[in-house]
Amino acid sequence: MTADLILFFGLAAVAIGAALGMLLSKNAVYSALFLILNFATVAVFFLLLGAPFIAMAQVAVYAGAIMVLFLFVIMLLGAEQLLTSHKSGWQRPIAILLTLVLLVESIYLIFGRGRLLSQVAPVASDYASPEAIGELLFSRYLLPFEVTSILLLVAMVGVIVLIKKPKANN
Amino acid sequence: MLDQWLFVGIFVSIAAVFPLLPLVMARFLAPRKPNRIKQETYECGIETVGDTWVQFKIQYYVYALVFLIFDIETVFLYPWAVSFDVLPLFAVFEGVLFILILAAGLFYAWRKGALEWS
Amino acid sequence: MQIETALLIEWVVKSTILIFALLTGFAYTTFYERRLLALIQVRIGPNRTGPFGFLQPAADGLKLIFKEELIPANAYKFVFILAPILTVIPALIIMAVVPWGGAIELFGRQIALGLTDINVAILYLLSVASISVYGIVLAGWSSDNKYAMMGGLRSSAQMLSYELSLGLAFVVPILLAGSMSLNQIIEAQRGVWFIFYQPIAALVFYIAMLAEVNRAPFDMPEAEQELTAGYHTEYSGMKFSLFFMGEYMKMIAVSAIFATLFLGGYRGPFVDTYPLLGPLYLFLKVFLSLGLMIWIRATLPRLRYDRLMAFGWKILLPLSILNVFVTAVIIVVFGL
Repeated sequence: MTADLILFFGLAAVAIGAALGMLLSKNAVYSALFLILNFATVAVFFLLLGAPFIAMAQVAVYAGAIMVLFLFVIMLLGAEQLLTSHKSGWQRPIAILLTLVLLVESIYLIFGRGRLLSQVAPVASDYASPEAIGELLFSRYLLPFEVTSILLLVAMVGVIVLIKKPKANN
Repeated sequence: MLDQWLFVGIFVSIAAVFPLLPLVMARFLAPRKPNRIKQETYECGIETVGDTWVQFKIQYYVYALVFLIFDIETVFLYPWAVSFDVLPLFAVFEGVLFILILAAGLFYAWRKGALEWS
Repeated sequence: MQIETALLIEWVVKSTILIFALLTGFAYTTFYERRLLALIQVRIGPNRTGPFGFLQPAADGLKLIFKEELIPANAYKFVFILAPILTVIPALIIMAVVPWGGAIELFGRQIALGLTDINVAILYLLSVASISVYGIVLAGWSSDNKYAMMGGLRSSAQMLSYELSLGLAFVVPILLAGSMSLNQIIEAQRGVWFIFYQPIAALVFYIAMLAEVNRAPFDMPEAEQELTAGYHTEYSGMKFSLFFMGEYMKMIAVSAIFATLFLGGYRGPFVDTYPLLGPLYLFLKVFLSLGLMIWIRATLPRLRYDRLMAFGWKILLPLSILNVFVTAVIIVVFGL
C-alpha cells in the first residue's frame, strides 16, 4: 500500500508541476510540452485506477492527437512568444475567484462528504476490460455513443466551414 | 493486470534513460570547439533570410483537425470490434452505422475540398 | 501490489535483452540495407570492415561518436536536445507488448517470452504511434532552420494522415480475433494467418506503416532536392545517429507488429514443442519484412508531397474504412 501511495504522490507532484509549468511558461511551445506531460501523468493515474482502456485513449487522443493540433496551431500562427505587454486586467481577479471557489468545493467534497466514497461497493476485477466497455457502450450507452458520432460529424463540418476560403469576395 | 502495466512502466523508464547514454558518451568523447560561423543556421549553406518561425499553410492545421476527429472515431471502434462476437445484432448494426457516419464525414470533407493540397 | 524479487529480476533482464536486441537489430539493419541495396544496384556495398564487412556498423558508430555536435546559435537548445531522445523512446517502448514466443521453462520457473501481455495492446500501439510524432515536429521547430521546419511539419502531417489508416487496419485483426491482446491475436492465427483472410487490411497496414516510419517511397525527410535533410538538417554526431536509430528501430518494430498481426507472429511449425523456435520464426518474418522495405526503397521513386497526402486521404483511408465495413458485414452474414 505504501508503494502505491508513494507512486501516487510522486505522480501527483509531477502532474501539478507540469500544470504550473504550462501556466507559467513564456513560450507557448513549452506550455504545450508541459501539457503533454500533464496528460501523460493523468493517463498513469487512470492506469492506477485499473482503467487501462481510458488510460490508453487518454494518451492516443489527448497527448497524441489534440496536442499535435495545439502545436500545429501555435506554429501556424508563429505565436511562440507571448508578448509581455499583453495583460488583461479583468481576467486575473476572476481567475483567482474561480480558483478559490473550485478549491473550496473540492475541500468540501473530499473532507465533508468523503465518507460517501468509502461506502462504494468494490467493482468486479474485469470491469474495465475492453470487452466490458464494448458491451456497455453498445447497450446501455448506445444513444450517447451515436450522438457522439453525430457530434464528431458536426465538428468536421464546422472545421470545413471555418477554413473555407470566401470565394465570392475574392 | 496491474502487474503487467508495472512492467511496461519499468521498460518505459529504462527506455527513457537509454538514449541519454550515447549523448553523455559523446559529451566526453566528441570534440567541442564551437565558433560563431559553425553555429550559424544552415552552416556551410546559403545564409538564411528572415525569420524561421513564420506563418505557414493552413492545410497542416486542417489535416490535424480532421485527424483528431477520425482518431477519436477509431478509438471508439476498438471496443466494438473486441466485443463483436457477444454483441446483439442490433448493436453490431449500430457499429456499422458508426462506420458509415465516419465515411460520410470523410466524403463531406473530400467534396468540400478540405483534403486538397492547394 | 506485492511483487517477488525473482519476478522483478526476470523483467529487468527481459527489458535489457529487448533493448540490446533492438540495438543490435538497428546496427545490422543499416548493414543489411546497404548490402541489399548494393546487391540490387549491382554494386558490392561495404565489405572491408571485418569479414564480409560485418564490423561496418561498429565503425559507423565509432565515427559518429567522435564527431563534433553543432547546435545552431538561435536554436531552442533544450528542445533541440530533447527531440532526438523523444524520437528514440517510442521506437523502443512500442515493442513492449509484442510477444516473441510462448512460455519456456527456466530455473524451474515458467517464463513467458515477451515483455507483457496487456488486454489493450492494440490501443497501446496506437497511442505510442501517436506520441512518436513529437520528436520530429519538435526537431523541426527547435532547429531555427526553414528546411528543418518545413520538413518537420511535412513529416508529422504525413504521419498523422497515415496513422488513421493504420488505426483502422488494426480494427480488422481485432474483429477476427475478438481481442486486443497480441497473444490472443497470435493464438487466433493458429490455423490460417490473417494475411490470407484479409489481404487488403495487410496491404493497407504495410503501406501505412511505411509512411509511419518515413520510409521510401514516403521518405519526406530525405527529399534532398527540396528539403535538404528535413527535420534533422541541423543535427550532427550522436544526436543525428539517435534519429537514425529511432528510424531503424521503428522499422524493426513495425515489421514485428506486422508479423504479429498478419503473419502469425512467433508461430510456425513445431513451435508448441520447442518454444525457443518462437523468437527465431519472429526474427525470420521481421527479416523478410525488412528486406521487402529495402526492396521497395530500391524500386519506387519518392512521391511528390501533394500526391502523398492525396494518396493517404483519398485512397488508403476510404479503402481501410470500406474494408472494416465489409469485414464486419461478412462476419455477421456468414457468421464466421
